[in-house]
Amino acid sequence: MAQQVPVAENLFTWPSDHPALIGGRSSDGRVVFPYRIHRLVGGVREELEKVELPRRGTLWTFTTQRFRPPSPPYARDDEQNFEPFTIGYVELPGALRVEARLTEPDPAKLRIGQEMELRIVPFRTDADGNQIMIYAFAPVDGTADNEEGTNRGSE
Amino acid sequence: MAPSDVHVAIIGVGLHPFGRYPGRSALEMGEDAVIEALRDAGVDWPAIQVLYAGSMEVKNPEAITALLGMTGIPARAVFTGCATGGTSLAMAANAIRLGEADIALAVGLDKHPRGAFSDHPSVSGLPDWYGEVGLFLTTHFFGMKINRYMHDFGITPRTLARAAAKAFRNGAANPRAWRRTPLTEEQILESPYLNYPLTQYMYCGPNEGAAAAVLCRADIARRYTDKPVYLLASQLFSRREGAFEVLTPSLQLDAAPSPTVFASKAAYEQAGVGPEDVDVAQLQDTDAGSEIIHMAENGFCADGEQEKLLAERATEIGGRIPVNTDGGLLANGEPVGASGLRQVYELVNQLRGRCGDRQVENARVGYAQLYGAPGTAAVTILSA
Repeated sequence: MAQQVPVAENLFTWPSDHPALIGGRSSDGRVVFPYRIHRLVGGVREELEKVELPRRGTLWTFTTQRFRPPSPPYARDDEQNFEPFTIGYVELPGALRVEARLTEPDPAKLRIGQEMELRIVPFRTDADGNQIMIYAFAPVDGTADNEEGTNRGSE
Repeated sequence: MAPSDVHVAIIGVGLHPFGRYPGRSALEMGEDAVIEALRDAGVDWPAIQVLYAGSMEVKNPEAITALLGMTGIPARAVFTGCATGGTSLAMAANAIRLGEADIALAVGLDKHPRGAFSDHPSVSGLPDWYGEVGLFLTTHFFGMKINRYMHDFGITPRTLARAAAKAFRNGAANPRAWRRTPLTEEQILESPYLNYPLTQYMYCGPNEGAAAAVLCRADIARRYTDKPVYLLASQLFSRREGAFEVLTPSLQLDAAPSPTVFASKAAYEQAGVGPEDVDVAQLQDTDAGSEIIHMAENGFCADGEQEKLLAERATEIGGRIPVNTDGGLLANGEPVGASGLRQVYELVNQLRGRCGDRQVENARVGYAQLYGAPGTAAVTILSA
């Protein structure tokens, strides 16, 4: 049975009705993303606590990617039908700024400071027919939600 | 003498012009640059006692001794990303300061394929998924950094276009530049966005070429030239936690300044000069936005002041602080291992008064800054 599979383990909670990015928190309160097992804190190696990052934040900056990125490492099978996309940093309050693909491809429709929300979206289909899922951020006002965004579990 | 008491001079520089040279290897271009630098210095290859060779694409650039002569000298490869040229120069100078050599050579050479740099994310310590989803591109950073900077400090696209137009104008006046066709600000603004808000003509391209410098103990420099150029400072800093750098999946909320800011302060302190003393500057212009940001990060103006300075043509040759007088990366392209020594080549020629149509009058102090992955900045200060 084809499934929806996250592009990497420990990146976001999935399947979930309310998926969230997974960060790692150390005893000094600092959060890192992506999650990793250890971090040096004050010279001592410490195991990090897994935490869910806020699902909403504000767009801190953004840019566009006009050409298909060099492949490998880029893994989407869109050589024939590549469409420019946007990326940005979304500031998640109290946590950090996370770099992400954005669901709105038109830079004219993006604005620094606007509210953004996490989406888990299909990215490509692997050899077994599984949908590989990635995280992205969508403008909250809904004007820019055209990348088949879903926040539901496997269908 | 303590190493810090030993002063270092540059007595010769050479360049294999940057561009595209099918059929020529990076090492052969390096050979040309070294031969030109040796001739400029008035020394023969066997006089070189230590070699530092920088390259991104050539794993063993120190193999250049096969072309120049295998004299048995210590020959080492150097790589610190786009800051490689600053590092090879600094290491050659340090070998002189430590008494390892009286005469040293720094060379950079590279030959990149066309298009954006591509590699596996693991070479930068990043997870596989970061490349799979299309985030592993250094150019994203340049678009995102200037977009935020324009938002925070009121810089307009027109100012970016002015910086790019200047680069191509200076390139047109430089017989050894790669791109020698002037472009209007309108042409630059109307070219397609590569990474919003940066358009095609606001970006440099990876290409091919080489540059070299011959260094010696300052107290013997006048044996070789009546116009030695002195190395006043060379500094390199890596990124700090919270700094906004290339290829970073997340940023801490408590922001830190770019490594350029620290390298610049340390270099001014080491040189005993300030930004007001600099007559000609070479700033890393991977894109027009980087040049604008680097003007402030290197102390030449306050954040946001660039808008006014470029409108007043302050960074043109003849302006208050000429920037990238040879056309910079925008007009020369970037063979990564060689780019920093191309800056040194231009500064040495400016300080020696050899730049013809693009000569900065009475240039005495030159400043060069490099910035690149994974968040490394180098600053070199030279004086006549």
